[in-house]
Amino acid sequence: MHPAPSIILFTVLSGLGLGLLCLLGLGLVMPTGWAAFWWFGLGYGLTLAGLGLSAFHLGHPERALKAFTQWRTSWLSREAVLATAALLFMAPHAAGLVFWATPLRGFGLVGAFLSLQTVLATAMIYAQLRTVPRWNQWTTPVLFLSAALAGGAIVIGAARLAALLLVILGLALLAHWWIGDRRFGAAGSNLGTATGLGARGRVRQLEGPHTGTNYLLREMVHVVARKHALKLRIIALACAAALPALILSAAPGSLVALCIAVVLHVAGMLASRWLFFAEAEHVVGLYYGHHGR
Amino acid sequence: MTALPADTARKLGLVIDLDTCVGCHACVIACKGWNTENYGAPLADTDAYGPAPEGTFLNRVHSYEMTPEDGAVPMVVHFPKSCLHCENAPCVTVCPTGASYKRVEDGIVLVNEEDCIGCGLCAWACPYGAREMDAVAGVMKKCTLCVDRIHNQNLPEEDREPACVRTCPAGARHFGDLADPDSAVSRLVADRGGMDLMPEQDTRPVNKYLPPRPRDQLREPPEQLAALCEPTTDGLSGFLGWIDRTLGKI
Repeated sequence: MHPAPSIILFTVLSGLGLGLLCLLGLGLVMPTGWAAFWWFGLGYGLTLAGLGLSAFHLGHPERALKAFTQWRTSWLSREAVLATAALLFMAPHAAGLVFWATPLRGFGLVGAFLSLQTVLATAMIYAQLRTVPRWNQWTTPVLFLSAALAGGAIVIGAARLAALLLVILGLALLAHWWIGDRRFGAAGSNLGTATGLGARGRVRQLEGPHTGTNYLLREMVHVVARKHALKLRIIALACAAALPALILSAAPGSLVALCIAVVLHVAGMLASRWLFFAEAEHVVGLYYGHHGR
Repeated sequence: MTALPADTARKLGLVIDLDTCVGCHACVIACKGWNTENYGAPLADTDAYGPAPEGTFLNRVHSYEMTPEDGAVPMVVHFPKSCLHCENAPCVTVCPTGASYKRVEDGIVLVNEEDCIGCGLCAWACPYGAREMDAVAGVMKKCTLCVDRIHNQNLPEEDREPACVRTCPAGARHFGDLADPDSAVSRLVADRGGMDLMPEQDTRPVNKYLPPRPRDQLREPPEQLAALCEPTTDGLSGFLGWIDRTLGKI
């Protein structure tokens, strides 16, 4: 799948923002006044920046409001509705802490729940697709949720909780790669089933349907150099999970350590999210002679 | 609403005969022509006369080589592919705006281009590559089963079928109601063993593909064949035979 920068940035930034808002809503830290303003401002800023970026890949962003209508069937629509609801429910809790030093715990808890639901909806947009076997498995939502919560825990400086969540994130990354590498074969689609000719003989592509490229090839049969995939996985695992966990465990309470951990985590998540798209194989590639064995 | 209808009264669709298709791409061009000049945003081309031309098409013809396991000669199979108008269409339910829908009356899967935000998720959800985002209009394009032809009272009756079916010179494409077991297309499917593409994706396509018929087997050549190929004078009679015999005696 084509690793569009707008979607990579959107999922990483809004995931981090919603994870932060979730922990703030749960009341793991209770900043007041200006401190609360900056904490909640960061959470809202990251989430809204991510949502804004996601509009960049739309053909008609001016019609984006229509995406709020189909929440009964569409995970993408649910994501839009849940994100809006999460930000609205969190607002009284945030305003109470900023202006009156008074938490409105009920709103915070509902906002925290909705924030996590939003991250789950984002993950389900990918996990629901049978056409992309690497995504169509249980580790996809686990990966997105653990990334959001671990990122939020780093940002609020909860060193022990962050270290625990980062270990879970690391395991989720490993599980996603381990299972994902085997999913395409397990899903059972090949050029034989794609053409229906598999029961009659071995099938191979003789010639493509068009000499140039097209939308399908650019969007879904995106083949990138796999040469560096293993190196990138190691970098992603180290930066997103292992190094921040070590740094926070070694120097809990240090602001410098916290900043380094946040930067490393975000960089690692960007690398892992790039891999999430770049390594995903869509079954339509079979028709073009890809993914064959 | 993007919920799929539980059942549709009719299941209009195509039956494509892989035995008959000659791979001429006439259906591709007829489709592009009709759907550019009629309903909806035109199917755009970019860099049409430049070094890297590409465009939006709703129907494309792949070509495959199939080698039977029993050792018969490999055969070329031309493989036209367009929207299969699935009963369990994953492209419809993922749509966030309700632009994609499946018609209750005849089962055709369509896109309301006024509501499409061009997010591309429906194209991701389709295993067959049946949907292409138009680079100029920014909306998703797909086969409409020529909905503006098949019910069009302004056209002569013989033209009220999809452009690809109407134009096919080999008669490899058939259009009809696959919900009616007595329709010509349903009988074709029953007689010829019509197949679903990627049944493991659980999309339940309406369109069916008819498999190629088995070809003649290649046997061992007859033993005399090599002799027949060599120039020989055995059994030569008449004047030429007399010359042959006379020259042989010298």
